[in-house]
Amino acid sequence: MQVTRSSPASRAAAVIGLLIVIGLVAAPWWAGRADLRLMGEIFLYVSLATLWNLLAGYAGLVSVGQQAYVGFGGYAFFALTMLAGIPILLALPLAAVAGALVAIPVATLIFRLRGAYFAIGTWVVAEVFRLIAAQTPALGGGSGASLSADIVKTLADSRDLREAIAFWLALGVMILTVGAAFLILRSRRGLALTAIRDNELAARSLGIDIWRTKFFVYVVTAGMTSLVGGLIFLQKLRISPDAAFSANDWTAFVIFIVVIGGIGTLEGPILGTLIFFALRETMAELGTIYLIALGVVAIAVMLKAPTGLWGLIRARTGAELFPLSRRVTGLAPMSRK
Amino acid sequence: MAEVLRLEGVSKSYGAVIVADAQSWSLEAGEALGVIGPNGAGKTSMFNLVTGTVVPNAGRIWFDGQDVTGWPAARRCRAGIARSFQVPQPFGGMTVFENALVAATQGAGENGAQAEATCLDVLERTGLLPKANVLAKGLTLLERKRLELARALCARPKVLLLDEIAGGLTEAECHALVASIQDVRKTGVSIVWIEHVVHALLAVVDRLIVIDFGRKIAEGEPHAIMESREVKEIYLGIEADA
Ligand SMILES: Nc1ncnc2c1ncn2[C@@H]1O[C@H](COP(=O)(O)OP(=O)(O)O)[C@@H](O)[C@H]1O
Ligand SMILES: [Mg+2]
Repeated sequence: MQVTRSSPASRAAAVIGLLIVIGLVAAPWWAGRADLRLMGEIFLYVSLATLWNLLAGYAGLVSVGQQAYVGFGGYAFFALTMLAGIPILLALPLAAVAGALVAIPVATLIFRLRGAYFAIGTWVVAEVFRLIAAQTPALGGGSGASLSADIVKTLADSRDLREAIAFWLALGVMILTVGAAFLILRSRRGLALTAIRDNELAARSLGIDIWRTKFFVYVVTAGMTSLVGGLIFLQKLRISPDAAFSANDWTAFVIFIVVIGGIGTLEGPILGTLIFFALRETMAELGTIYLIALGVVAIAVMLKAPTGLWGLIRARTGAELFPLSRRVTGLAPMSRK
Repeated sequence: MAEVLRLEGVSKSYGAVIVADAQSWSLEAGEALGVIGPNGAGKTSMFNLVTGTVVPNAGRIWFDGQDVTGWPAARRCRAGIARSFQVPQPFGGMTVFENALVAATQGAGENGAQAEATCLDVLERTGLLPKANVLAKGLTLLERKRLELARALCARPKVLLLDEIAGGLTEAECHALVASIQDVRKTGVSIVWIEHVVHALLAVVDRLIVIDFGRKIAEGEPHAIMESREVKEIYLGIEADA
């Protein structure tokens, strides 16, 4: 008997995934500026959705306030580059570290809250962050700030190269985020996290320190969400409290993505992001009807497929693109189910 | 023999419902203790108090010479207290093997190949090996109960708490269960077993305590206890609602 984790499907997915990544790295040579921007945005949403899924789908931390860290990351990035003169490529990881550090006291505070009160607590934290940003004159207060041309040009002189670098950064952050989530879930801590996802009572009775595990996930996702936030506002070149701490853009859409894609799976947020952008690109001209359509899709999926589209696919085919589950091979043929 | 577990005046109530009433008893190393009492007497609640998922209103709990009253459940498990739940609590989205692996890696602190070997061995002994790759939410009730036992064993406990695991088994399955619990005892594990299937219980335990309304009302040699007046009175009740 042996325990294995990869399957033909996951090996095929690894090869195809690698080919797609190679194709994407070369995108600046084959895609136009608008397409690069769209793809960059998709990558950042895959990252946000993966991180929210880790929080809500695994650690059971249903945050409706992750815009706190998107906004914090954006503002930290602007402060580091504009006020402290730190180079862009160094400011991004520093914004991530700052986000993780800020998350430590925040977690100690809001982890005292349970269920719906926890969710409300995360939203209150985001509002507090937004008010602080609006009260900071050095970063433009309520009207926000723009990244000066001098700073932007340190990235590259030509606009095309800058666009390409922003695209590569987004691609890199997506690979980093999905890769980190994968490695965390594959580790011993990931096993604990998956157990917590399924049954907290059994998890703590079997030796899992739930508070510590959740704290770890909260702090790591906060740091990485801040990194994504920094990158989002590097692409936008302008930041304001309302854009940075938008509950709609950085939490509501992200929750939609994870719910329709499949919560509690790594594949779900990726699939969900693709569906979300397909809907947005085909229906955005319709204005409010588009938002109503998103709501209808979300409700339909929740009713018909509570485990999301990936959950449906997985139940039908048993497919798993990221090899997380362990299979015991070499069981006696008679006893195999 | 050394004492591994001791309760001193442990009390717990939910409003007017008293589930533990100044309970005191102890368990020797290597001993098997049986617990009987009518439904709703507070037997499962007593396990909740010992494992730390419920905090007592009064009293102290000692494990392995240490006062663990203030310890969280996870720490008690890592120290060597593992239980099976009367109402199974599987990790539904994980396979049977992974359920066991959680206990081996988190509860027993084993890693890699050692943890995997422990799990395969325990699954074999509990007859769950053929189901190793099945998601736990797809198991029948009896299989879920067996998974409770398997998981608790994978945590490599010093004290194993079993909560009504023999109900619903056929005669042959019950025999096999008794044999496997006796095997566990031989490895030096101390056992507390709550069970309504009295003949299975008496085949294993050295001593019996009787709980009613959260109070320990009798304690002693199993057959003597079963013949006692208190138990006969209660058992009329159990047979009536069993
Ligand atoms: N969390 C709780 N809140 C309120 N009452 C509870 C709780 N847990 C158990 N009880 C009550 O405590 C009593 C004892 O339950 P339990 O310990 O499960 O009994 P037993 O295992 O002996 O059948 C029951 O009346 C039950 O309804
Ligand atoms: Mg009970």
